[in-house]
Amino acid sequence: MESGALIAPVLRARRNRKDRIGDPLLRGLSGLAAAVAVAAILGIAYEVIDVASPAISKFGIGFVTTNDWNPVTGRFGAAPFLYGTVVTSGIALLLAAPLSIAISIYLTELAPRRLRRPVATLVDMLAAIPTVILGLWGILVLGPFMRDTVEPALKSVLGFLPIFSGDPSAFGYLTAALILTIMITPIITSVTREVFETVPPELKEGYYALGATRWEMVRRVVLPYSRAGIVGASILGLGRAIGEAIAVAQVIGGAYAIHTSLFHTGGTLAAQIAAQFAGATSQLQKASLAYLGLILLVFAVIVNVIARVIVRRGRLPEAEFTPTEVEAL
Amino acid sequence: MSAATDHSLFAHGSGLRRRRRVNRAVELSSTVAALLAVAVLLIVVGSVLLKGLGALSLHFLTTPTALFGETGGGISNAIIGTAIIVAIAAAIAIPIGLLVAIYTTEFAPPRIAHPVRFVLDVLNGVPTIVTGIFVYGLIVVPQGNQSGYAASVALAIVMLPIVARTAQEVLELVPLTLKEAANALGIAHWRTTVRVTIPTAAGGLLTGALLAVARVAGETAPLLLLCSIFAPGNLTDPSQGLASIPIFIFQASESPSPTAHTEAWAAALILIAFVLLLNVVARVFYARSRQRMEG
Amino acid sequence: MSKIAEQARQLSSQQVPAGTARPQVPRRDRGNVELAGLNAWYGANHAVKGIDLGFDAGLVTAIIGPSGCGKSTMVRCINRMHEEIAGARAEGHVRLDGIDLYDPAIDVVAVRRHVGMVFQKPNPFPTMSVLDNVTAGLRLTDAGKGEIEDRGREALVEAGLWEEVSGRLKSPGAGLSGGQQQRLCIARALAVEPEVLLMDEPCSALDPVATLRIEELIGELKKRVTIVIVTHNMQQAARVADTTAFMLGGELVEVGPTERLFTNPDNERTEQYVTGKFG
Repeated sequence: MESGALIAPVLRARRNRKDRIGDPLLRGLSGLAAAVAVAAILGIAYEVIDVASPAISKFGIGFVTTNDWNPVTGRFGAAPFLYGTVVTSGIALLLAAPLSIAISIYLTELAPRRLRRPVATLVDMLAAIPTVILGLWGILVLGPFMRDTVEPALKSVLGFLPIFSGDPSAFGYLTAALILTIMITPIITSVTREVFETVPPELKEGYYALGATRWEMVRRVVLPYSRAGIVGASILGLGRAIGEAIAVAQVIGGAYAIHTSLFHTGGTLAAQIAAQFAGATSQLQKASLAYLGLILLVFAVIVNVIARVIVRRGRLPEAEFTPTEVEAL
Repeated sequence: MSAATDHSLFAHGSGLRRRRRVNRAVELSSTVAALLAVAVLLIVVGSVLLKGLGALSLHFLTTPTALFGETGGGISNAIIGTAIIVAIAAAIAIPIGLLVAIYTTEFAPPRIAHPVRFVLDVLNGVPTIVTGIFVYGLIVVPQGNQSGYAASVALAIVMLPIVARTAQEVLELVPLTLKEAANALGIAHWRTTVRVTIPTAAGGLLTGALLAVARVAGETAPLLLLCSIFAPGNLTDPSQGLASIPIFIFQASESPSPTAHTEAWAAALILIAFVLLLNVVARVFYARSRQRMEG
Repeated sequence: MSKIAEQARQLSSQQVPAGTARPQVPRRDRGNVELAGLNAWYGANHAVKGIDLGFDAGLVTAIIGPSGCGKSTMVRCINRMHEEIAGARAEGHVRLDGIDLYDPAIDVVAVRRHVGMVFQKPNPFPTMSVLDNVTAGLRLTDAGKGEIEDRGREALVEAGLWEEVSGRLKSPGAGLSGGQQQRLCIARALAVEPEVLLMDEPCSALDPVATLRIEELIGELKKRVTIVIVTHNMQQAARVADTTAFMLGGELVEVGPTERLFTNPDNERTEQYVTGKFG
């Protein structure tokens, strides 16, 4: 076929009206979409503040430290829920981070080649389970197990500590923390595993050649090299834990005060909103719940942004789509 | 120095024995950790399977939820409701997410693309319950009632960063040579994007969309605020409250009645099967699209 | 052991080491390596075929041959690094002063304390300082911190790096120039006082000046350790090695005193290679 015949229709197409408007149209439409995304985040901030404004103007910043939540008297405060959020998410992070590192070591160094993909996939699938189902399992399976087995054991061995005093209960900080641990472990593992895989093999070789065991190599080469990534991954997990409303609401029991015993029921920022918003009896209660939402929003956004900045620095250029990647995005 | 029996050069001093023991212990712990994770997955999914399978029946799937005080209901309205809500949310989020991705990869200069990506990151970090509050103030308050539309908007906001981010990553993987070739042929930018870039990335785009749908199909928090009250008779009208599977599970899980618990397990089974299936399909598509782009 | 190798051994053991600036007594009684029936595979690929070869203490032996001939693989079998690769295995005997390193009773970790290795691309640990890099192998033992640091400094002196880094022992190991990094890696390998030092094309990533420094260093180090150097550069082999072995297609073709191998080889294939007819 003559080259002229090949090019001519294309050149002719150039002068087509469709093309004259096509480029600016696509540019405009996609730019609009981007603007929608920006508008969404601004809108969220604005609207939450708006719904919360009656409570903000009534309680001011003291809301954050008020240790009371009483719909009857109309006195509301965030302290019990800030405490609950910190405790449950903190414990979850404390448990999930070492666990995730261990799992990542297994997946990158120990597992037989053929098992790596399947096991990694199974761990990732844990992140795909809808949290309401985790909560259901928490209420009906984990909770009773905590009440009947784990908490009595903890109490008998470590009962002198205030955090393990009190009566064992299916619902409470500890059960919620465990559910959160299950939720965030796959996320931290996924990112950590990626980071481990970027360690240059010649560094590992070099350390083995000095006469090191596998653990010594991991400890002195892989872990230091991956430090930033592990921290970023953990903070990412923390952000996820802070924002979880449903599963926590299902298993934490919904108490309105600060309790030292981990067995006791309590509340978190997100869970309290989930539990009470729809059924709130007064405007002030709704506004106070929205105020909790505002605190939660600020908290979560800061944590997530920090995490992503740290993680993105070490991010591989390849896209890898798994449920945990979606979570970790 | 003589024969091979003299190992004094390599005498296993206590140092080496201890190091070997420590190594063994770490290797064991790591393996146990991995097994633990897999075990938890199997226990949770297993629980749902075991406890839910019994209550699952054709009747259960085709009958609406029982009215207050009655028994023998099902989740047909919840299934329909979730389908509608998620479909509308996807219809909103997928086009917008794709367009945002096109904007940041094809059109926007770096000083605009970076803040937009940052905004998407922030959006992704917003707890879904807070998104619920947002849409509550935006739609439910003016409208005066909860609705399926409100739920869809909230879910769309949750989906948007996921769709946009995954689309972005896939679009960036499309080989530059393809786009350059089209350009050299004099083909307009928009045509290249629509006819070359997107089709090449199609598998990955589909994957991202499927994963986003799987993510929000089970999303409960916004629904609590926006679509948890519904008329039993309303099956398909999104302008009013609709039943949904996550809300069904949530409410049934909080009920003291064992029948409700069994129904919750059964509904959970449906939901988990759907979500896991979507994940598997998404992976298959992703693998295929990778082959196409590399092959 | 093959006849040729036996002859080569006899010849090389009669060789007098070149004049030295440092009053070192050649350690002939330790550091003798003997390969017997060494075979190595990558999966089904038989990369090293039945090698019988000896390396005498106090000498430098170069392994030359075209790429893919198995020289790196063979050398990696000496410190048992070959088996770390997934799907790779080795069989046969590698005797260090009579002890078979492949004996099941011997821990591979211990082997590597006695047989050190320097790699083609310098690989200092980026998260460690210069001093920590040198002492990396030493810190795996129970020795005290002071002892370890002293030995580390000594190793830096032995590797000819001391003057250049004495002022920045705490700065990152990866911040040195290419040649310095490689000498750091040599110091690191020497610090644990191995009997044997394996060098896998140690200069191929370096500039000529750095290469020369390392070649000089090899001349000094051979009194301390038995050196086996893999090189694709025949001129380098001629400069540094007392004995040279030529490999082709996984097999040992010929071994002998370097000068003889290059000027008057026994085997025709050797002659073709050293005169540049292939490879």
